[in-house]
Amino acid sequence: MDLFLQQIVSGFATGGIYACMALSVVMIYQAIHHLNFAQGEMATFSTFIAWQLLAWGLPYFAVIPLAIGLSFIGGFIVERVVFKPIENAPVLSHIVIFIALFAIFNSAMGFIWDFSIKPVPSAFGEGPLYEGSLLSKHQTGMISVTMFVLVLLWAFFRFTRVGLAMRAAAANPQSARLVGIRVSFMTALGWGMASAIGAVAGILIAPVVFLEPNMMLSILLYGFAGAVLGGLTSPLGAVIGGFIVGIVENLAGTYIPVVGGELKLPIALFLIVVVLVVKPEGLLGRRVVQRV
Amino acid sequence: MATSETYAAGAASAPKPFITAERVVYLLLFIGLVALPFFSKGFFVFQMTKLLIYAIAIIGLNLLTGINGQFSLGHGAFYAVGAYTTAIMVEMMGVNYMLTLPVAGLICFVFGFLFGLPALRLDGIYLALATFALAIAMPQFLKLSTIEHLTGGVQGVIVFSETFDPEVPFGLPLDPGVWTYLFTLFVGVFLFWLARNIVASRTGRAMMAIRDNPIAARSMGVNIALYKTLAFGLSALFTGVAGALSAIAVKFVAPDSFTFALSIVLLVGLVVGGVGWLPGALIGAAFIVFVPNFAEEISKGLSGAVFGFFLILVIYLAPQGAGGLLRAGVGRVKRLLGGR
Amino acid sequence: MLTRRTSLIAAAAAALAFAAGPGSAQTVVGVTDTSIKIGNIMPYSGPASAYGQIGETIGKYFEMVNANGGVNGRMIEYISYDDAYSPPKTVEQARKLVESDEVALIFQPLGTPPNSAIHKYMNAKKVPHLFVATGATKWGDPENFPWTMGWQPNYQTEAKIYAQYILDNIPDAKIGILFQNDDYGKDYLKGFKDGLGDKTSLIVAELPYEVADPTVDSQIISLKASGANVFFNITTPKFAAQAIKKAHEIGWKPTQFLNNVSASVGSVLKPAGLEASVDIITAGYQMDPTDPQFQDHPEMVEWRAFMDKYHPTGDKTSSFTGYGYAVGHTLVKVLEQAGDDLSRENIMKEAANLRNVRIPLLLPGINVSTSPTDFYPIESMRLQKFNGTTYELFGDVIAAESS
Repeated sequence: MDLFLQQIVSGFATGGIYACMALSVVMIYQAIHHLNFAQGEMATFSTFIAWQLLAWGLPYFAVIPLAIGLSFIGGFIVERVVFKPIENAPVLSHIVIFIALFAIFNSAMGFIWDFSIKPVPSAFGEGPLYEGSLLSKHQTGMISVTMFVLVLLWAFFRFTRVGLAMRAAAANPQSARLVGIRVSFMTALGWGMASAIGAVAGILIAPVVFLEPNMMLSILLYGFAGAVLGGLTSPLGAVIGGFIVGIVENLAGTYIPVVGGELKLPIALFLIVVVLVVKPEGLLGRRVVQRV
Repeated sequence: MATSETYAAGAASAPKPFITAERVVYLLLFIGLVALPFFSKGFFVFQMTKLLIYAIAIIGLNLLTGINGQFSLGHGAFYAVGAYTTAIMVEMMGVNYMLTLPVAGLICFVFGFLFGLPALRLDGIYLALATFALAIAMPQFLKLSTIEHLTGGVQGVIVFSETFDPEVPFGLPLDPGVWTYLFTLFVGVFLFWLARNIVASRTGRAMMAIRDNPIAARSMGVNIALYKTLAFGLSALFTGVAGALSAIAVKFVAPDSFTFALSIVLLVGLVVGGVGWLPGALIGAAFIVFVPNFAEEISKGLSGAVFGFFLILVIYLAPQGAGGLLRAGVGRVKRLLGGR
Repeated sequence: MLTRRTSLIAAAAAALAFAAGPGSAQTVVGVTDTSIKIGNIMPYSGPASAYGQIGETIGKYFEMVNANGGVNGRMIEYISYDDAYSPPKTVEQARKLVESDEVALIFQPLGTPPNSAIHKYMNAKKVPHLFVATGATKWGDPENFPWTMGWQPNYQTEAKIYAQYILDNIPDAKIGILFQNDDYGKDYLKGFKDGLGDKTSLIVAELPYEVADPTVDSQIISLKASGANVFFNITTPKFAAQAIKKAHEIGWKPTQFLNNVSASVGSVLKPAGLEASVDIITAGYQMDPTDPQFQDHPEMVEWRAFMDKYHPTGDKTSSFTGYGYAVGHTLVKVLEQAGDDLSRENIMKEAANLRNVRIPLLLPGINVSTSPTDFYPIESMRLQKFNGTTYELFGDVIAAESS
């Protein structure tokens, strides 16, 4: 029983990592109605920028907003430079561009900062939350920040004009254009915001898993899984999905005999596919009506 | 069904003359490919074998994505199943490698068909995630310790461990590498012919109708569930045979050979070659075989970035892939000719 | 420059004329009077790219050798290709090196699955497949694979050393194991169990993780819950650092054994936290570049000079750069011994003829030895314990018998 609780708590902590990334996935989905495969690499790149600024001796409180701001601008520019010219290309061509971006960012990071692991200091201090706690100070802080970003994001989409415009632009570009929304600008804005959230996620995740160019390779997958499970249209769903993935994965690894340990990722993915087959829009998502 | 023919863009139009420009091009290409190994080094022949194998796998993916409109980021998994089928049959059961191809194809067909059933409920991004999950899970299944006696676990299986090379049949005086290439070429030509016929058949037209307008297709009485799962099965069959050929050419299979990067590479090949245009597979395969080497020559440290840059360049120049470029080119020529 | 070159050619030609006779029937490929072509395959891209540093350092080392006049007057032409740790790609690159570039030998290809894929090929083609960068046990089989040779101590040998130590010193051991679920992890596991013999019941938990796992937190918690008081950590650097850090955070304090793969102070223990790493035991064969006790060792001084001059962007805290330097030195030694008969047969013969050769950066007392029946160049290790700043060697050089 003790082990059971411990695994849940630890799954919750790992789930926090996935939830962070899932938020960034939801953000980009709201903007372009796609999953961006290069998102993890972009987030890692942002984290490297933060790491580099820290290494140059800038204070922590200055580095964080700077890294997030730079990431926002970077994401915005990537959309303008890379995607604007091929706006009308088919979906699969866009996916291939994501793959190309992935290769470019990954390779550039390896070239600039090499592939050895780098410790990133935490804003919340080292060590456990209290004596004997399974959650470290950092993990607690990470989950809190994720919740905070979640509330911000929810409020953004719910209450601001820009948020509403962005949703409209992604859901129905033609009608949105007719009511005077600058659809193309909204897309770029979405890229910027997704990159900024990715930067937050990267900076939060790096102290746990250590920074290196492949840091997000598998985390992005879990983030996708969490977001899809919870519903790509719902930030709250994505966060809950992230936590569920973390917990299910731990329990599967611990309690399913013989193959559990070896197949914990496939089992978690299998469960997600089962959920999707029953409820294709995700736990909290709304069904997007496809035009035919 | 008659009306659905209009969707099959010219696939079943009026009877053509026996000699067409297209047939001449294919014939020349075939002769060139047959002659190739007799004029080049062993290593290049091996690369070309790899190219043909990828091309077959891409044709498989094209049947699903290009013809039926379903996404897959997980075709590396079918490729792996085909490869392991051949490796296990050759090594553990002593079956002649040529006989393993139909078995590998059949197993992959069943596997693909079964996977297509739950996939019916998913589309777009959700299907992409489900297939992606399949690609991620496959290497882990392959090294599962409970089936290690078959798969060799993480160590993989060395194919032709006794003889080192696949046996050249009928006592032909050929180098085994050249034979492997020619064998792959013959299988490839057969599968290409098969794929074209499938696309031109009732089945193919039904698949395209579903791609273009599922609701209209349904109202015309097309059994959507059947044809979508069938497309998955057929697609897996082609890709599985490609995997089987890879086991023969590479002579080694291991979980690390079939990571999700393989699925991604196949998708890149599909898009570069042109979605929905079967011969594009050769161009796409050439891209994924040669461009990474080329990128490595330009810069070792930044080879990934160079590759990515080329990929973006290709999409800029040909957003619809080589197939789209060709269509546009042919269209322009026709317009020019028509204008006169 | 021109004069130096012509004199080199003249000298080499004279030497060749002198030594002609016996080598004539043998295959000399990739060798001219002024050069020798050496091939290499490394994961410069993909998930294992951290190891790419090794291939890079080897290239820089050969640059230095060339600048100092080459090997017996021949310049080393080093061709290194990327296989992204994917076996089919390794086959392609190996064939390119052998059939298109026509190298004399392939040196240090990295990883067990990639090397398994070309094992047969290299032996069928009779091309030296030298000092492969993996510790699997199967590389030392001269009877069946006379063209393949490993370099580093094999994983099973190392694991047996830990098992023996536990049997001798920790009678009430309850062992928890974390291992990477691949060839390398399972090789360690097998060696460890063989070493424990009929005492495998001491193992109370053995948990795998996948390279794709983001963290190993869950496994560490399970290991703690299993009541283990000994922790055998069979992990690659990133996961080793995570495991050490997590164990410390949750207050689990077993006796820790860390596999040599991740023993680096600079790239594992420092990120994990030096305090968390105190008392970790590992078996080593190589000097750690960040270890203060070796800072003034002449070989270390020489290595640092090399890094400054030829590889200024290289990581001087990583053990990979030291590894590349040492293994490069081993090959140069073989080529020097082979003299002017650089046929593939003779290169292989000399590789199997290293008698107690001192290779820089190996721990004091550890040397390289091979013979026609012994294809395991480095077979001894020394146990060492981390004291918070450096490893302290304890006990003797342990020369384990390889199976």
